[in-house]
Amino acid sequence: MGPASRTTLTVNGREHTLTVDNRRVLLDLLREDLDLIGAKKGCDHGQCGACTVLVDGRRVNSCLLLAVTLDGSEVTTVEGLAGPDGEPHPLQRAFLERDAFQCGYCTPGQLCSAVGALAEAAAGHPSAVTGPGVRAGDPVPLGASEIRERMSGNLCRCGAYPRIVEAVEDVIP
Amino acid sequence: MRTFDYVRARTAEEATAAWAATPGARYLGGGTNLVDLMKLGVERPEALVDVSRLPLDTVEELPDGSLRVGATVRNSDLAAHPLVVEGWPALSRALLSGASGQLRNAATTGGNLLQRTRCPYFQDLSKPCNKREPGSGCGAREGVHRDHAVLGHSPHCVATHPSDMAVALAALDARVELRGTDGGRELAAEAFHRLPGDRPELDTELRPGELVTAVVLPAATRGLPSAYRKVRDRASYAFALASAAVVLSVADGVVAHVGIALGGVAHRPWRARRAEEALTGAAPTRAAFEHALELELSAAEPLRDNGYKVPLARSLTVDVLTRLAARHSG
Repeated sequence: MGPASRTTLTVNGREHTLTVDNRRVLLDLLREDLDLIGAKKGCDHGQCGACTVLVDGRRVNSCLLLAVTLDGSEVTTVEGLAGPDGEPHPLQRAFLERDAFQCGYCTPGQLCSAVGALAEAAAGHPSAVTGPGVRAGDPVPLGASEIRERMSGNLCRCGAYPRIVEAVEDVIP
Repeated sequence: MRTFDYVRARTAEEATAAWAATPGARYLGGGTNLVDLMKLGVERPEALVDVSRLPLDTVEELPDGSLRVGATVRNSDLAAHPLVVEGWPALSRALLSGASGQLRNAATTGGNLLQRTRCPYFQDLSKPCNKREPGSGCGAREGVHRDHAVLGHSPHCVATHPSDMAVALAALDARVELRGTDGGRELAAEAFHRLPGDRPELDTELRPGELVTAVVLPAATRGLPSAYRKVRDRASYAFALASAAVVLSVADGVVAHVGIALGGVAHRPWRARRAEEALTGAAPTRAAFEHALELELSAAEPLRDNGYKVPLARSLTVDVLTRLAARHSG
């Protein structure tokens, strides 16, 4: 182990204090130290989105975040999306109903990314395809083209994109 | 990845002092590029000074109508800020055309400016690259260079700067605020990045240890019609083959103010000063736009496989100018 730092993280509601090698990225901490293997290592370079989790409610690539930089943060992984009673998140249910995957490797990242994307649109974050008719700061109405653009950071090598878009459309408020 | 020490700074002063006290230190922002380059072994800092939580995360309207954007404001928050969307729309559109939602949530304003080229020779330790290892040669000049520079390159380096945000900042006459160990200074965004010349290892005019603390969007370009257009290999989530940020105002039937910056074509955002000079005071016609871009791009020196960028940059910029001009007449 190289130089290390003490870090406290709350993951899916549970607080963990760990001494981590400064080189440890959040993805490896989740998978290797906390045994939360939902977030997947795809490219390990921030290009595929399989490692997407929510940090303080915002979707991020956990493979590019050094764990030492996240002291005090709240992390939600795919394991934390279900309700307290174990009831699947509406988006998880929609993915099942739409059969929005084949091999499933990218699915945890797709789910966390879609949760983040829905929150961003509700908070008035525009995307590259948002038209001039949406007033700055107002919630952005989502349709298929908005979903495709907002989910472009999540690759699916099986090509389940059409079903993923339909699943996300199903849970638009 | 090589081991490194880690220091979290609480203030800009603390950050520059920590940098000065720590040999081989680098500042760490959102990490979306630096951590990746550390994994690849391209960057090998002995220590990281974490500046991602400095109290520079606010967007502040100044009395003169300009907007000061703190260096740690995240790209997604800046793109969504109502004053940016309404006042400097090209900046919001440029940010939204770059990277992915996840990356924009992590990447900072300062870090976006300081991201390194995505030239594959720069990222591959087994290949020569004067930017990564001065004196080792340039693999791209005679190699795979379809994505590389057509303007302002040198025998030493043909890389492009990958930022969309920086292209908009150059066109909008933004300024970059810096802090070093011996005080602060300011640079025009347009002058922040440099051409490669014989020192391609230097991307910017930053002095050693200097920290980007803010970007200022000037009142002079606030509210002027502006736009950003980017051409890439995919509909989303790809770097620019060519892009254009344009701000245009027309008064009494002639161009009163024009700012044009091109992305994906040079080692820095390419401010099209010759085109701007030709257009200022001229009638905003398609013919005038085409003539101005011809003048600007007469300086282009395409490589073997990227000649397509010259007509591409011309036609997309003429298109953006034409659309902005139509808003004035409409």
